[in-house]
Amino acid sequence: MTEIPEHLLKRAAAARDKAKVEPAPAAEEAPGDSRIPAHLLQRSKAAKTSKDAPAAEPAGAVAVADKVGAVVAAGPAEGGVPIGAGPGGHTQRLLTVVKSGTIQDVKAVPVDKVHTWPHLLAAEFVAALACTALTFVFSIFVHAPLLELANTNQTPNPSKAPWYFLGLQEMLTMFHPMVAGVTLPGVGMIALILAPYLDRNPSNKPEDRKFATSIHTVHLMFWAVLVIIGSFFRGPGFNFVLPWVDGLFFEL
Amino acid sequence: MSKIIDDKPKPTIGDRAKDAVDGVQGSQAWSSVFRPGSIFRKGYTDSPRNRSYVIMNSVLYHLHPVKVKRHAVKVSYTLCLGGLSFFLFILLTVTGIFLMFFYRPETTAAWNDINNLQTSVTFGLLVRNMHRWGAHLMVLAVFLHMARVFYHGAYKPPREFNWVIGVILLMLTLLLSFTGYLLPWDQLALWAVTVGTNMMGYTPVFGQEVRFVLLGGAEIGAETLLRWYVLHVLFLPFVIVIFMAIHFWRVRKDGGISGPL
Repeated sequence: MTEIPEHLLKRAAAARDKAKVEPAPAAEEAPGDSRIPAHLLQRSKAAKTSKDAPAAEPAGAVAVADKVGAVVAAGPAEGGVPIGAGPGGHTQRLLTVVKSGTIQDVKAVPVDKVHTWPHLLAAEFVAALACTALTFVFSIFVHAPLLELANTNQTPNPSKAPWYFLGLQEMLTMFHPMVAGVTLPGVGMIALILAPYLDRNPSNKPEDRKFATSIHTVHLMFWAVLVIIGSFFRGPGFNFVLPWVDGLFFEL
Repeated sequence: MSKIIDDKPKPTIGDRAKDAVDGVQGSQAWSSVFRPGSIFRKGYTDSPRNRSYVIMNSVLYHLHPVKVKRHAVKVSYTLCLGGLSFFLFILLTVTGIFLMFFYRPETTAAWNDINNLQTSVTFGLLVRNMHRWGAHLMVLAVFLHMARVFYHGAYKPPREFNWVIGVILLMLTLLLSFTGYLLPWDQLALWAVTVGTNMMGYTPVFGQEVRFVLLGGAEIGAETLLRWYVLHVLFLPFVIVIFMAIHFWRVRKDGGISGPL
């Protein structure tokens, strides 16, 4: 609940009472009572009647003044405080309307925002719970591997790196170790770091970024396929095997 | 006189409980813990002001602003991947601290300690499993988070530098996972690390030197186990926390998460 300060409430009540006690001038006598100096009003009427008159400086100004009169007249009809009349009885004249953005450079556009609590925190909490539950239940049923004690004299066949390095190990079968283990991953990592500086396209719309999206997808798929082959399709001697024929040679 | 005393209503249990709660919440100790405006001081009824206070007057203010863009809370946009990576890091820290109580990084003790942990320690096997699977899940989550950020073009200005921090975090995550891989000191650990570090040795100019420093020798041995233990439980977590702090700070400074598309 927003709390309206006491003095503002009082002021609003006073204004309402004032509007009730002295009803605003009726609409029909508005033009005469618009607090626009009589001579100006006369001039505007004259300008309006003489249609041949060129659209000179007075004509423009007067037309605006006339509109103000209409606004002032329209205000009381709705039963509120007269719009154009200030506390001292002044009447402002509307000379021009400057829309935001025409002269000023509006940088901060209003953003549609929601409260972090509960909208974001609730979602995060549920995600964290689900993640814990998944890990917990999976850990109850699937045990982490613990093979026999490490023995530097007995090399298991095949020897595999952790799964996320199996793409590199897979490339070892195709390239010299320096290329597979250092050059290619190094180039990949540097390209990844430099991505925002290489991609000069300012748009983040998927339809404008077909090239970037494609090349990244190819890149990800390339590694994913290598990791999958290295994980499941490599057996003793790191030779190609079919997991459904020769079984799995893979430990997480 | 006695009539007047009798007329005084006896406080009910509810009244007493309310008095007790008011007494505690009004005490200096309580107000020293919770900041002025905290919902634990003045209670919570759902209002825009209180919704702001939940964040503003709690430690969560370090992580989240009071308000976020409406599209940013859509699960379909982020898939919670960044947050889950962070959460998995916390989960791994908690389970990892538990494991540290039962583990010695010595070649003669490490494997036995893990074996004893699994067979004789209450919940030992479960916690070790959670640490293992949580670690794999974190690598996956960080990787998918990177893919998500790329597909949304979220690395574009002003977020270029945060992307760089993110790539560093990905590498640190891989290093954390890799250093942890050796610690059980079983055949899987030894030979997976052998394969991995052999590749590293082919780096031109300084490859052999870096490998020597990391392994504490030409081959994997007792020194390697101690070094990787320290890297895994102290050095890399310390470094990754610093980079995470910068990462989260920049997310907010760069105007919240990217988008909408």
